[in-house]
Amino acid sequence: MSIRDKAYIAGIFEHPTRKADDKSLAQLHAEVAKGALEDAGLAKQDVDGYFCAGDAPGLGPLSMVDYLGLKVRHMDSTDTGGSSYILHVGHAAEAIAAGKCRVALITLAGRPRAMGQATGTQPRNLGMATPDAAFEFPYGPTTANMYAMVAMRHMHEFGTTSEQLAWIKVAASHHAQHNPHAMLREVVTVEEVVNSPMISDPLHRLDCCVISDGGGAIIVAHPDVAKSLKRPRVKVRGAGEAPKHQMGGRIDLTYSGAAWSGPAAFAEAGVTPTDIKYASIYDSFTITVLMQLEDLGFCEKGKGGRFVSDGNLISGVGTLPFNTDGGGLCNNHPSNRGGLTKVLEAVRQLRGEAHPKVQVRNCDLAIAHGTGGQLGSRHGSATVILERE
Amino acid sequence: MAITQDRKLPPPEPNPETQPFWDAAARGQLLLKRCAACGERHYYPRALCPFCFSDKTEWEPASGAGKIYSFSVMRRVPVPYAIAYVTLAEGVTMLTNVVDCDLGRIRIGQDVRLVFKPTDGGPRVPMFTPV
Repeated sequence: MSIRDKAYIAGIFEHPTRKADDKSLAQLHAEVAKGALEDAGLAKQDVDGYFCAGDAPGLGPLSMVDYLGLKVRHMDSTDTGGSSYILHVGHAAEAIAAGKCRVALITLAGRPRAMGQATGTQPRNLGMATPDAAFEFPYGPTTANMYAMVAMRHMHEFGTTSEQLAWIKVAASHHAQHNPHAMLREVVTVEEVVNSPMISDPLHRLDCCVISDGGGAIIVAHPDVAKSLKRPRVKVRGAGEAPKHQMGGRIDLTYSGAAWSGPAAFAEAGVTPTDIKYASIYDSFTITVLMQLEDLGFCEKGKGGRFVSDGNLISGVGTLPFNTDGGGLCNNHPSNRGGLTKVLEAVRQLRGEAHPKVQVRNCDLAIAHGTGGQLGSRHGSATVILERE
Repeated sequence: MAITQDRKLPPPEPNPETQPFWDAAARGQLLLKRCAACGERHYYPRALCPFCFSDKTEWEPASGAGKIYSFSVMRRVPVPYAIAYVTLAEGVTMLTNVVDCDLGRIRIGQDVRLVFKPTDGGPRVPMFTPV
């Protein structure tokens, strides 16, 4: 069974806050849920499926379902880090296609900034029962250096340069200048990126995404529900998911799980990368974007550096407009998990509701792709392809 | 750039599956797991082979020779350090640190050899230094 055309994105909401000193984590989840339901024109009582991931407080979905006062018949708390919510769109479509629910709510929220979290430079320990922990944690794996090693190898194998990576940030900044909610609205140059302080070789500060509070929510609905609503209709055409890991020590940092989740999503959707008008690509770091673009098939492996150069990702300038909200690099990376916001901007583009300065003309087919976890060790890749009806 | 990278290392916690690895590390020996059924080596060590799922996996000493597959020097911390993937002569690649060297001169493809470093109250851990 395919999920193609079996579900629609009926509502979206992005929390405007970027520093939530005055709000609780659960409250942020509730506020984004309310926002997405209002956007869809649905009521809380219509929700019969709930999806969340590791950012939600409590045991799986239980505390949030309680707090939100939901009565649901389907739950899913699959956690693949920042890509979870893209994966949830696929899972929600599956549940709807199987008749398990009709209106699925996906929420994300977090307050790493209010909590003063050293997000990228502090080793993360998931507990010593994690089988890899004893063999990795003593060496200081952090988010920054586990992505940086991928960039280092890419440069070694393919001659990719820091200047080429910088173009990704430059493109994001060109888009962010039009987003009043973006954390970093100033347009930056390649020189400014490569001259910013080194965080973990070869990634500079401006190769890294922002740390922000906030969140977002998505409503995925049955076609009958979507057709009863007044909003422009955005259909789920295909989805793919894949974990990539260390393969027992056969480590190859030259590709990501997008090499598997991407083709699966394209096959289900029955389209190819050249059909895509707009791309939301997870941008925890500039290297994340480069790897995913190659693995999704937007350019040949190893040619990503050339592909992203000279503004090729800037809306109205290049061939593949990406992250027109400014992305994680400039706009927002709530809870250090950037997957959900990728879906939001793709939906805005397909509805024609992106900022006029970055709106892609005749945007009828878009992709949202994410990488959760660590690009250099183990990560979950998730891809969705969405179509304006 | 400083030559030493003496940061406090969080200790690994041995468990029944991995105790022999850490006992060997205390003796200055790096052990790998090799599957008697399919012949493949793997890392990090497991009781069941991650390739064929046989439970006939055996400990085998590594030569300690390796090459840097990739690395990154973490700079935004009090004591900068080099995380790395090192591909051992036996074919498997492991996460580690490159130590006792000028961090600015580390290169992909560089030959390295095994050293052991103490952790904060736990077993010693295998690291590498340029040959």
